[in-house]
Amino acid sequence: MSFPWAKNYKPSHPLMVYLDEKLPLPRLIYNAIGAGYPVPRNLNYAWNFGVLAGFCLVLQIVTGVILAMHYAANAGVAFDSVEHIMRDVNWGWMLRYAHANGASAFFVVVYIHIFRGFFYSSYKAPREMIWLLGVVIFLLMMATAFMGYVLPWGQMSFWGAKVITGLFSAIPLVGTPLQQWLLGGFAPDNAALNRFFSLHFLLPFVIAAVIIMHIWALHIPGSSNPTGVEIKTESDTVPFHPYYTAKDGFGLGVFLLLYCTVLFFFPNALGHPDNYIPANPLSTPAHIVPEWYFWPFYAILRAFTSDFLFIPAKLMGVLAMFSAILVWFFLPWLDTSPVRSGHYRPLFRKFYWILVLDTLVLGYCGGSPAETKYVLISQIAATYYFLHFLVILPLVSSIEKPQPLPYSITESVLGTDALTA
Amino acid sequence: MADLLKAEGTITAPTDSSHDGVRRRDFINIAAVSFAGVGGIAVLVPLISQMSASADVLAESSTEIDISAIASGQAIKAVWRKQPVFVRNLTPTEIAEADAVDPKTLRDPATLEERTKKGKTNWLITMGVCTHLGCVPLGAGPGEVKGEYGGYFCPCHGSVYDTAARIRKGPAPKNLEVPPYDFSSDTVVKIG
Amino acid sequence: MVRIFGPLIGLFFAAALLWSFGVGAVQQIREPDPSTAVKDFHLDPKENVHWTFEGPFGTYSNRQLQRGFAVYKQVCNNCHSLKQIAFRNLTALGYSPAEVKAIAKQWGTKAKTFDPKTGDTGDRPNTPADHIPPVYYPGTGNPPDLSLITKARHGGAHYVYSLLTGYTDQPAALLKKYPDSKTPDGLYYNPYFANLNIAMPPPLTDDAVTYSDGTKATLDQEARDVAAFLTWTAEPEMEKRKQTGWPVVGFLIAATALAYLSKRNIWADKH
Repeated sequence: MSFPWAKNYKPSHPLMVYLDEKLPLPRLIYNAIGAGYPVPRNLNYAWNFGVLAGFCLVLQIVTGVILAMHYAANAGVAFDSVEHIMRDVNWGWMLRYAHANGASAFFVVVYIHIFRGFFYSSYKAPREMIWLLGVVIFLLMMATAFMGYVLPWGQMSFWGAKVITGLFSAIPLVGTPLQQWLLGGFAPDNAALNRFFSLHFLLPFVIAAVIIMHIWALHIPGSSNPTGVEIKTESDTVPFHPYYTAKDGFGLGVFLLLYCTVLFFFPNALGHPDNYIPANPLSTPAHIVPEWYFWPFYAILRAFTSDFLFIPAKLMGVLAMFSAILVWFFLPWLDTSPVRSGHYRPLFRKFYWILVLDTLVLGYCGGSPAETKYVLISQIAATYYFLHFLVILPLVSSIEKPQPLPYSITESVLGTDALTA
Repeated sequence: MADLLKAEGTITAPTDSSHDGVRRRDFINIAAVSFAGVGGIAVLVPLISQMSASADVLAESSTEIDISAIASGQAIKAVWRKQPVFVRNLTPTEIAEADAVDPKTLRDPATLEERTKKGKTNWLITMGVCTHLGCVPLGAGPGEVKGEYGGYFCPCHGSVYDTAARIRKGPAPKNLEVPPYDFSSDTVVKIG
Repeated sequence: MVRIFGPLIGLFFAAALLWSFGVGAVQQIREPDPSTAVKDFHLDPKENVHWTFEGPFGTYSNRQLQRGFAVYKQVCNNCHSLKQIAFRNLTALGYSPAEVKAIAKQWGTKAKTFDPKTGDTGDRPNTPADHIPPVYYPGTGNPPDLSLITKARHGGAHYVYSLLTGYTDQPAALLKKYPDSKTPDGLYYNPYFANLNIAMPPPLTDDAVTYSDGTKATLDQEARDVAAFLTWTAEPEMEKRKQTGWPVVGFLIAATALAYLSKRNIWADKH
């Protein structure tokens, strides 16, 4: 961000002068989240969720490293080691519930953050790189969460691992050898558990590195804003500190309130009872379902029940499930409307809310048993999902008549912009 | 740190609050940050306390040992808090040898009486951990070398303990440690 | 490029989905999914029973937990393990350390010992540090370990209570509609069980258990008490969890209110 009015870092305290000279970290912080970083003055609460996602990552890493001090990643003792944490380790129950519900909180926050991106077309130029890095972060989060859920070695841990690693066998020719290579065997067992633990510990730090790039890429053009009109003058902005540090602090308070209410009073509400049964490779649970944040994708996977053009249904499901996320990579080039914000795009807005409803329907179906009525609904909902991104958005961006944009951010906030007066 | 984040000079938008308003403005901000700070410190308590011994470890913090099978002149090796313990039934000769030594001449002065329970001076219960660098000394098991003072001998660096497990020769600085123990009965000792 | 291949891929997936939909819909119309005995006759856990530990302020009743422990010890322990519970945990029920030591020492199944020198296995009396020894049941069925049962089943304590009090004869309506679904020999009909037929015979009757506190041991009482006890075995930290939760939530309400006022204060000149 090269806004000419951005304040320069001028430390007054001699210690800060010394430190900044040797390693310009103080300068970096000042320019990133201090008064040296101008931000649009009109950001609404939908913009709080990036910081909240960062907070959730820190929460998960801190609780995770601590849990790793007590957890044993061996198939014979993993389940009991988690119970040891719950019963014997000081505050162990709280740390375990914090980590399990922290994962859910992380996904709630990230989904809202992504849907903010959908509505305000945050993915458009010049911010495509931020968006692409974001999708990479999401994929890493999904891998991390999947492996983390396997670690307690309950029934859902084992059978979820079995189903998802089983998907690889759908790939023609190399599928089964690939699956056995991933598992280190023929079914999830000690080999898989140990490598999942190792990778589950590693990936969050990879996520942290990608997040650093994500924020770095953001700070080049600066934040977008609810009008979608880029920053023009100084009156369009406020310094990040204290304005957005204060607003993010408040947002964090609301988030923690909801999170702690779940953690202390409904800690198992989002989990599945079957994961309190030790893994039994000889007994399949009545309904295998992943955690709620995978449900929309699970519904898409299960929606393909018939072979199509000689492609087996199982393979179709796998391709579609991964494509459902991969389409997000192409959004900057699918949606070509010059107008960013959904506020000024009436037709786009309608389809946006249909997408929101559609995703909720897919989620509901994904968490339900694979009964006919849910499968039929998933098929319609998944059809809309793919048509939305790949057919509707390009069409809408061509034929839509957007509403007139404000001249500037200042005009949208104050009603008038001194420069045009 | 605060000056890192604050702007140099003032923001362009006019502030028409009085001097009193500025003070009031700071108070609520300070209050909010203080609350957050207190919360942050409170969160540290469980994060630090979780590393202390867990309930199952604390449950094994005391051990009961049946000494009825240990004849005079015999010793056994037991375990307490995952470390070796030597329980020895001293013979009258061994007791006499220990009492004959002037404590003042010892590196770590102590009498046998001080290291045993009243009326049970023949029961010498000590940790089986050399006070030099932590090896397990020989002498408790049958046929093991007892060293020239008839007690225990540490093969790692040559420390020699006498019949009261006091250090007599070699690099160890202190006598074998006597753990806290009590006789639950004449045949059962509870350590810890 | 994207605007050409994108819609093509979208239409490809849409076509595959609508094809599956069509095939599935036609199949469903031709031969709709049959109803099953489970769908028609399975019952959700009873709602009209309550325990002291329910709700955000709930706590355990130690007397009830002790009675529940008596039910477990005298009835359930014959087939079901409780491996996650150590004898020392029982002090939470109000037993003194001496009482816990006695319970451990007198426990029927002994702890196993192994002599690494001779390779011999043996046994010894339990101490408070030991976990309750596992129970092996060689007969039909797989009695699950009960330590976590209330967290491992939808409905928790309500499910356990309903199951234990829910044994009944197979309804005539079921036999009429699904003549092939007669309860097999060796199994018992229970509408609260997932597939209606359970290998466990009704374990409780009136006076199956002797209560030392004088409470009348009806089947209903025994079921309530053991359900409470099993909730404790699954969630021994529940009281502490709720007691910690209230100050944390209260603090956060205050902190968030202050944060809001501070935010408003800082933004006052910007709106």
